Amino acid sequence: MSLEIDSITKRFRGSAGAAALQGVSLTAPQGAFVALLGPSGSGKTTLLRILGGLDFADSGSVRFADVNWLAVPARDRRAGFVFQHYALFRHMTVAKNIAFGLEVRPRSSRPSKADIAGRVQELLALVQLDGLGTRYPSQLSGGQRQRVALARALAIEPRMLLLDEPFGALDAKVRKDLRIWLRELHNRMGITTVFVTHDQEEAFAVADLVAVMNAGRIEQYGQPDAVKRAPASAFVQDFIGAGAPA
Amino acid sequence: MRARTATEDHPLTRWALVALTIGFVILFLLMPLIMVFSAALEKGLGAALETLGDPDALSSIWLTAVVAMIAVPFNTVFGVAAAWAVSKYDFRGKTVLTALIDLPFSVSPVIAGLIYVLIFGLQGWMGPWLREHDIKIIFALPGIVLATMFVTVPFVARELIPLMTDQGRDEEEAAISLGASGWKAFFRITLPSIKWGLLYGVLLCNARAMGEFGAVSVVSGHIRGQTNTMPLHVEVLYNDYQFVAAFAVASVLAFLALVTLTLKSFLEWRYADEIAAVHRR
Repeated sequence: MSLEIDSITKRFRGSAGAAALQGVSLTAPQGAFVALLGPSGSGKTTLLRILGGLDFADSGSVRFADVNWLAVPARDRRAGFVFQHYALFRHMTVAKNIAFGLEVRPRSSRPSKADIAGRVQELLALVQLDGLGTRYPSQLSGGQRQRVALARALAIEPRMLLLDEPFGALDAKVRKDLRIWLRELHNRMGITTVFVTHDQEEAFAVADLVAVMNAGRIEQYGQPDAVKRAPASAFVQDFIGAGAPA
Repeated sequence: MRARTATEDHPLTRWALVALTIGFVILFLLMPLIMVFSAALEKGLGAALETLGDPDALSSIWLTAVVAMIAVPFNTVFGVAAAWAVSKYDFRGKTVLTALIDLPFSVSPVIAGLIYVLIFGLQGWMGPWLREHDIKIIFALPGIVLATMFVTVPFVARELIPLMTDQGRDEEEAAISLGASGWKAFFRITLPSIKWGLLYGVLLCNARAMGEFGAVSVVSGHIRGQTNTMPLHVEVLYNDYQFVAAFAVASVLAFLALVTLTLKSFLEWRYADEIAAVHRR
């Protein structure tokens, strides 16, 4: 059940410049926590959206869970996607947001109302938001919204967790707390996770494997220590050096 | 005393602006409305109601309702589809399309009516063919509906385009990735988050559909009891010096407008919390 990304290319329609992704390949074992690290425009979010089924690759393949992953429609992938700006359903309460993925299942596989309510309570406890189920997203802080988004993605028992700059809009203290908490959660649940960030400190702190991306290519891919110790290119050295004063 | 802030104007300016607004509203909006009702009731409520019982008056009320019942749902569906296309997709000619949707606002309604006469009238492009197949469009219900639809096309789309552009695609994408089908995403996510804008657009569209005069006047043919809508019937009665009857029908129109306004205000008040939740980020 490992994740095998092979030679993905993607060019956005109407853009005359270089392709967004120019043959990206990487392999990660089941349950790995992979960070896609790079400056804006390096293609990391595009790759994440392709994994989530929200964008489509021009060529290349992805194998995951022993299937041709790109042939599975987005709604059947059970890929829990957490968006940069949370994308919570503004007109629904927190509980309704979390229950959404269960309530839209076809009747045959939909849990009972009581089961859904129970599951929502469990998830609220998991993300430490007990008692906030009746609030609307607009009544929550940024960090709380992010955890609702995560609970909503976890509700569908995702086979893969995709996080797009999940802490990008939060202040430094909350960022740090949340990323420690996220790593612990990952250790407990073991869901294969791909995490997009432009913050190298964050990537090295949480991920098992870091892919440093630049201009639609992976410059270097490996364990955080290896990448830090031996940057494979001038770009990697510059990028990870810039934010980490020794 | 309260401290003055930088954006606060001189009390005299403030007073003058408020007075001007109130004065304008009373003089140009409220007074005419009161005049309409008082002219209708000049000879008592009984006389006014009696004129409304006239078969031609009843027919005009019915025709107006039928036209609105056809034109408004059509333009609602079209408005949502157009707003969806413009706000969620990128395609060539998008700006031209957006400008075209606004066309009925800038074109005189009379021209809108004339267009349909030129196309469907006896001397028009499709005239001979329509006559051969015994289809009546001009001087009949289909023509009135078409002219009304032309004039009211922008209301729903205009209301929704900025709203849906602002909301972006994130929430629909989230819904899809959580396992929702396209339809479920639309009915559970898109529609609820635009419903207030949609309702407002539909109410405005309906008000205009019932009140449209110019375009309908050209295509209707003014056949009493058959193709006269309420606004046309008001004119006919007025030109016949039947003032009480004219203002009685006008009062019904004005009353419908007031109902629309009240309904909208009530819903806004009743669901204030929910509306605020959707609009705040």
